[in-house]
Amino acid sequence: MKLNYNGETLMATTSSLLELLEVQKAKAPFAVAINGQFVPRSQLSAVELKEGDSIDVMSPIQGG
Amino acid sequence: MNCALTIYGQSFESRLLIGSALYPSPEVMQASIRASGSQIVTVSLRRQNSVAAGQDFWDLIKALDLTILPNTAGCHSVKEAVTLAHMCREVFDTDWIKLELIGDEYNLQPDPIALLEATKILIDDGFKVLPYCTDDLVICQRLAELGCEVLMPWGAPIGTGKGLLNPYALRTIRERLSEMTLIVDAGLGLPSHACQALELGYDAVLLNSAVAGAGCPETMAKAFRAAVEAGRFSYEAGAMIERDIAAPSTPTLGMPFWHQ
Repeated sequence: MKLNYNGETLMATTSSLLELLEVQKAKAPFAVAINGQFVPRSQLSAVELKEGDSIDVMSPIQGG
Repeated sequence: MNCALTIYGQSFESRLLIGSALYPSPEVMQASIRASGSQIVTVSLRRQNSVAAGQDFWDLIKALDLTILPNTAGCHSVKEAVTLAHMCREVFDTDWIKLELIGDEYNLQPDPIALLEATKILIDDGFKVLPYCTDDLVICQRLAELGCEVLMPWGAPIGTGKGLLNPYALRTIRERLSEMTLIVDAGLGLPSHACQALELGYDAVLLNSAVAGAGCPETMAKAFRAAVEAGRFSYEAGAMIERDIAAPSTPTLGMPFWHQ
């Protein structure tokens, strides 16, 4: 399944968001948005990804 | 004297809010933020594969033990800003959000129309919004009507260091919204700019580039700390009335007759 993960195209072998995050070695703390929509931490395990989904995994960075 | 700054019910002794970006090194960032005496530091979120995003930076910030103010910097639409605000709330565990919604790439001016829309959505979602806005009085009034307890009009465009470009507009906002917590955000370059903002009656200033971009950020942080304190004392003391005609300060009574 073709996905966009943090701006890069990848072929995923799972439709589980949690599994994808594990494979991609997402490091806490982070928050997730799919297709520009925030997904609360409590709902991550329920998300089934679809072809073409865009996943953003965001972590703390410097800010002004 | 020098009573505390209040932001959504929380009190702070320092009236200087400081950013965590653009420092020459993480060590200089930490030292400068400490030297500023600030109790509130701004942070953001970016994709995890981007440079410097992640746990290392977050550990440095946590070690400072300050109140965190996340921002929505870089957002150009209501949807982007609202989504990023929600992500910030989860990662940073705070309902405070510095709402930054850019309307023009040239001067990074906040989009006042979109700002109002995003503010309403976020307040309805339970956020405590600190909107970065222009110095337009009516926009500030509308933001206050939506429920903002804090407003952050710009002094000048972000990163320019030009100081308070429109003191008249800022003074008018202060006079018309006398009960609001007002913070000048962005555009400051010198400690004297911060002092001027506090002298106008602004409750605090928020800055980043002016310290991070200084030759010695740590020393400049100390300078801003002193300037903010001086400005606040000046405001509370009440300045003398300016006048056009000179008036001697030394008593004239008892002068000898040389000039007669």
